[in-house]
Amino acid sequence: MAHILLRHRDIPDISNLEVYKKNGGFEAFKKAVTKMDPGDVTQVVKDSGLRGRGGAGFPTGMKWLFMDRDNWPHYVVANADESEPGTFKDREIMENNPFQFLEGVAIASYAVGAHAAYIYLRGEFWPVAAWLDEKIAEMEKAGYLGEKLFGTNYSLRIYTHLGAGAYICGEETALLESLEGKRGQPRLRPPFPPAYGLYGKPTVVNNVETLTNVPLIIANGADWYKSMGTADSAGVKIFSLSGRVKKPGNYELPFGTTFRQLIYEYGGGIIDDRPVKAIMAAGASSSIIKVDDQALDTPMDYASVRTLGADLGSASVIVIDDTVSMDWLLNKTIHFFKHESCGKCTPCREGNYWMLHLIERIHGGTGSAEDVELLKSVAKQIQGKCLCALGEFSTMAVVSAIERFPEDFKKAVHS
Amino acid sequence: MSLAEKYPEEIKRILAKYPPEHKRSALMPLLYLAQREKGYVDNHAMNEIAEMLEITPTEVAAMIGFYTLYHGEPAGKLRIQVCVDLPCALRGADKFLADLCANLGIEPGGTTADGLVTVEPVMCLAACDKAPVFQTQGPDGIAYHENMTVEKTMQLVEALRESGKEVK
Amino acid sequence: MTELVTLSIDGKQVTVPKGTLVVDAAKQAGIDIPVFCYHPKMEPAGMCRMCLVELGRPMIDRATGQPVLENGQPKIQWAPKLETACTNVVSDGMVVLTRSEKARAGQQEILEFLLTSHPLDCPVCDKGGECPLQNLTLDYGPGKSRFLYNEKHHAEKHVPLGELIWLDRERCIQCGRCVRFQRLVAGEPVLAFDERGRDTEIITNSEPAFDSIFSGNTTDICPVGALTTADFRFGARPWELKSAASLCAQCPVGCNITFNTRREAKSGGRVVIKRVMPRQNEEVNEIWICDKGRFAYHFTESEARLRQPLIRRNGQLQPASWEEALDLAAAKLKAAGKDALILAGGRLSNEDLFNLKKLADGLGAQSVLYTHVGGGDLVTQIGLASGTNLADLGKGDTILVAACDLYEEAPIWWLRVKQAADRGATLIVVNARATRLDKHAGYVVRYAPGDETVTLQGLLKQDKIGAAIREAGNLLVFYAADGLDLNGSTSVAAACANLLIETGHFGRPNNGLIGVWPHANDQGAWEIGFRPEADLAAALKGKTVYIAAADPAGDDPRLAKALQDAGTVIVQELFQTATASLAEVVLPAAAYTEREGTFTSGERRVQRYYPAVPRWAETKADYVITAEIGQRLGLDLEAGAPALVFNRLTAEITAFAGLSYRKLAEVRPQWPIVGRADLYYGGTTYENKQGLGVHLAAAASAGESPHLPEVRKGSGPRPQEDALLAVPVTKLYDLGVTVRSSVLLEARIGLPAITIHPLTAEKMGLKAGEKAMIGLGGHENEVLVKLDETIPAGVALVPRSMGLPVSAPAPLSVGKAK
Ligand SMILES: Cc1cc2nc3c(=O)[nH]c(=O)nc-3n(C[C@H](O)[C@H](O)[C@H](O)COP(=O)(O)O)c2cc1C
Ligand code: SF4
Ligand code: FES
Repeated sequence: MAHILLRHRDIPDISNLEVYKKNGGFEAFKKAVTKMDPGDVTQVVKDSGLRGRGGAGFPTGMKWLFMDRDNWPHYVVANADESEPGTFKDREIMENNPFQFLEGVAIASYAVGAHAAYIYLRGEFWPVAAWLDEKIAEMEKAGYLGEKLFGTNYSLRIYTHLGAGAYICGEETALLESLEGKRGQPRLRPPFPPAYGLYGKPTVVNNVETLTNVPLIIANGADWYKSMGTADSAGVKIFSLSGRVKKPGNYELPFGTTFRQLIYEYGGGIIDDRPVKAIMAAGASSSIIKVDDQALDTPMDYASVRTLGADLGSASVIVIDDTVSMDWLLNKTIHFFKHESCGKCTPCREGNYWMLHLIERIHGGTGSAEDVELLKSVAKQIQGKCLCALGEFSTMAVVSAIERFPEDFKKAVHS
Repeated sequence: MSLAEKYPEEIKRILAKYPPEHKRSALMPLLYLAQREKGYVDNHAMNEIAEMLEITPTEVAAMIGFYTLYHGEPAGKLRIQVCVDLPCALRGADKFLADLCANLGIEPGGTTADGLVTVEPVMCLAACDKAPVFQTQGPDGIAYHENMTVEKTMQLVEALRESGKEVK
Repeated sequence: MTELVTLSIDGKQVTVPKGTLVVDAAKQAGIDIPVFCYHPKMEPAGMCRMCLVELGRPMIDRATGQPVLENGQPKIQWAPKLETACTNVVSDGMVVLTRSEKARAGQQEILEFLLTSHPLDCPVCDKGGECPLQNLTLDYGPGKSRFLYNEKHHAEKHVPLGELIWLDRERCIQCGRCVRFQRLVAGEPVLAFDERGRDTEIITNSEPAFDSIFSGNTTDICPVGALTTADFRFGARPWELKSAASLCAQCPVGCNITFNTRREAKSGGRVVIKRVMPRQNEEVNEIWICDKGRFAYHFTESEARLRQPLIRRNGQLQPASWEEALDLAAAKLKAAGKDALILAGGRLSNEDLFNLKKLADGLGAQSVLYTHVGGGDLVTQIGLASGTNLADLGKGDTILVAACDLYEEAPIWWLRVKQAADRGATLIVVNARATRLDKHAGYVVRYAPGDETVTLQGLLKQDKIGAAIREAGNLLVFYAADGLDLNGSTSVAAACANLLIETGHFGRPNNGLIGVWPHANDQGAWEIGFRPEADLAAALKGKTVYIAAADPAGDDPRLAKALQDAGTVIVQELFQTATASLAEVVLPAAAYTEREGTFTSGERRVQRYYPAVPRWAETKADYVITAEIGQRLGLDLEAGAPALVFNRLTAEITAFAGLSYRKLAEVRPQWPIVGRADLYYGGTTYENKQGLGVHLAAAASAGESPHLPEVRKGSGPRPQEDALLAVPVTKLYDLGVTVRSSVLLEARIGLPAITIHPLTAEKMGLKAGEKAMIGLGGHENEVLVKLDETIPAGVALVPRSMGLPVSAPAPLSVGKAK
């Protein structure tokens, strides 16, 4: 099947404006601006069943509908922070199929009445930002951005903004703080960004992949999109496959593809053909799935993955084989979250510091069985108390690894 | 020389991105500008940026510590930032970092005696399928180096050393 | 009417206004939910997560919109997780459980987290004994630690954040109260968090460090011992301290304070003041005080205080008995009769001033107020009246600040005016130069020196500004003497009064004129009948002068000269001032901290202060000294107790009619509730149990039209072509009698400096930070040069009370320092 998002794999020069145009580029944006009411655009997106690809899976059209219409101006912010360990799909889109993404930003902006949109990229994406700036300039030159677009009164500008190395800035309210020139710490919610966003104004924050779906949805209609994927999760998803597989990379597949298909058909199986031991489906923030045949045959959509006691999140599938011990793995994830905790709320700040000391003891061979219990108890103590989801994320691997792989920890504290 | 004297055009371009009443948004791009030359933001620049954006120097300083890509202290001319996060570590990143450091004769986080490169472990760079991977941070911004080997990296460092100038 | 909401908290039915936060609703019902980051004076941040509670709302049937019932009771939909009480707003039928097993477990767990990185140095921590963290740990903390102590996070323990405040980074629990206070309340964001995660720490990068005049307040609201004052650090343990209710005497705001005292060996067994704490008065200072009020109290214990009466013998001031000194003073005054002159400073209490006035009246002598700000008679006419509270001003109201640098002259008014502007009040700042208030102003009007009065007179003619004044719901006008002398300020006062009278903004609450006086009780002096003297030097000539609480000779060489030429000089003082050195008789006065009395604030609120420490050496209270002199002259003056003097005062001075010490001591419930056992809620501010004070009656009510005062015609002094014009300005930290003993403030007081425009400096070959010699009033002084591009060319700002003779705008010459 032809790609919908990773279209550069079918059309190599699609990052060239002319090539993009030849392949239907900007037609959807033009159609929206010249022929559709903003409300209708939103309705099509809502009907398509598109859900946010940033991790939470929130229905995109619904989010656009929440924009406070009594408070102007409105903003659109594309979340290109892509910092979840194991996630590398947004970068591929922006580097190779930039116009489709930018067109998505433009259509979203039109739908919510925004005249300025910001793309917030993680600081490491410095070259990507420079590249997008070029592409934006080309669009301006070609009349797809700027004043009075397509002869209407609608005008739009898109700007890039670089973060500077902070995972928390992927969280939408921390991102907005950062975009305002502040420390990227999450805000209290409610109010959510569609009520109180950038500069206190109603703002839609959407993931890059989410937005990249939009042009084709507008071009081909909601039903076309819904015809792919599952009832619960419409359309296609880019699965970032990493870890102990032979062919890691991004795979654009319909929702409902099974883990087994992804790992063996696309990923070429496990290095040295060892058995799969575990899967983290949502990057470092995952509950760890203990793999058996049933798990491998589970379709990858939001609802089905939940039956495994895990979440699909941003579909960053990290594959773990039997050479990996869970105490080693937790040492990695806890280091990550301890490093990325913004420090604003107590349980996340202190809890991760504490967990780090415990895992270092356990993994370092000086821990005891009580330390393992304590680690699990500290993780649970963090749960349900944090200001944002990062704190919660930091506990997922810890609790699931200790509960699902007790033998690994027994070994760790006895060696 | 002040930033305003050195980069008048860039500053104008940066400020133009944001509504004038929210010019504080320009803080992050201005900090990148400030550390372009020396690789870190000095007090002088902090004060100048504070003045430009009508905020206090304290508010500027608070950003540098929060974001890992800003630096308040000088280091090597080029920072080699190796991802050792979970997905890369599953593909040998830890060993790569250790070998690289051994070759350069430094500890992770250290700087070579000639002040040329600093090697730092960092968190996920969104290139997990191309481990080992690192990014370089230097005067010309940030660049990715994917599917790396120690040999290739040493060649890069050598080239940098010989040319005596910044290499991407 | 505010809409009310009824909810249940721990089974108690509570009714509060809509929009109230759960934590505040609980507080009002007497239920203390533990908090660290929440503070009732600031927007919630919801970051410490200490205030976790179980929270449920009535379930609503989607179809009918009606509550779902279960056994006849509304069915409660419980939130899936614990919720923060500080961020949730009450709603009808809400059910809150703050002490259920689940809620308590959550609170305990947060506390355990906080303690994992908190040092266990309570025994040596200044906050010990009044520490919310310590108290909550006793209530909630785990009996034993599951955390290994040697894995604790370590950080710097003794970090000076400037000279006044110290930070212990290990004790900081990252609640952000201090950072938010500086940003949201003080409007001086000079503190911030640096780094992130567990490494998060407080920093200041300002120059000078922690550059704020409200910094001390952060030590009150810091819920741990992370922030302490340099003054009190390791000074004493809170439980050893006694407290005395008092007022700050440093400016006319009248902030309510508490002196904490202790008897200590290192002070020779004396009872000394250990610290100054704010005392709540929501209508005056809320729960804040400025750093001058907090740190400039050391004069009381100064060894340089006068300890006994002195009499000049053979040209030398020598110790004498009170009998001798009082006899001599009385004899001299009697001999002078109506040729006596009584010169009083606004540091004196209403009681002191009343006795002085009676003495003057008995002699038929003139009673003069020593001040450079005029117009108090107008304030008496159209000043503030009962019911005024600056906190009520907001949208639709206008505040005008004229010829005044509120930030330096009356910090808490600055704060409250700024807050009113934040709430939407229109702020108009009229001055010859930029001040800190400009940033918050809707309109900034600048005038050339000399044009102050015409500019004010012209305001109503300006489109928008005129409308903002005319159409203001409420109009408050602050004025002082920035860049002016007594004459200039008198005429500014008149122009301001005219604006208020013409537009009908007087005689009702939240409207009227406020003189920003140099002292705490200048307004009281005006009300009692003291008046300043435009040409004091001339007035002193040949007189027998009785000076209390003023140092004219120290301020102005011309006045020193005049006093030398006067007849006899009798001085009643705390210190051996320049004026006292010229005296025939020196009478040592007790400090106000050593006695009781009342002050009338610039807002015309009469408030009581109480004795904090025993009287120093052989000193006597001012009103007693005056009464004892009066008695020797056959006058019936009250020496018994301030309350008795006050009774006479209320009988004689109409504005004070109906007041009594008992009335002044009345309190009403205030919000937020502070000072209870749960220090974590409001901080260590003291609860006000000793009186909120009472406004004087307004002389003119809105019904009658007071007489429009005459405004000076023409201009004030202007800079001349070839000479600089020195204009006097007020500095918060100066060498005033009650400030200079506070060693800690030395750096903030700094050296005497003049401020000029960069172009002026260039012309004169001067650079910022250099020393220069100035010639002023026939005297030479060495000063530092500061530059400021907002001040008019040809003008030099010269600070008052810094040892430079500048009581009026005057020509100034500048030369290179030797
Ligand atoms: C700690 C944290 C990190 C996140 N990182 C990202 C990210 O890197 N990229 C992203 O698109 N969304 C991220 N999110 C999700 C965003 O908060 C937000 O839900 C998303 O941008 C919404 O876009 P969507 O509806 O299109 O998914 C993160 C959330 C959390 C709590
Ligand atoms: S210093 Fe005190 S007030 Fe400031 S964040 Fe730390 S604990 Fe809170
Ligand atoms: S989160 Fe409510 S008091 Fe801190």
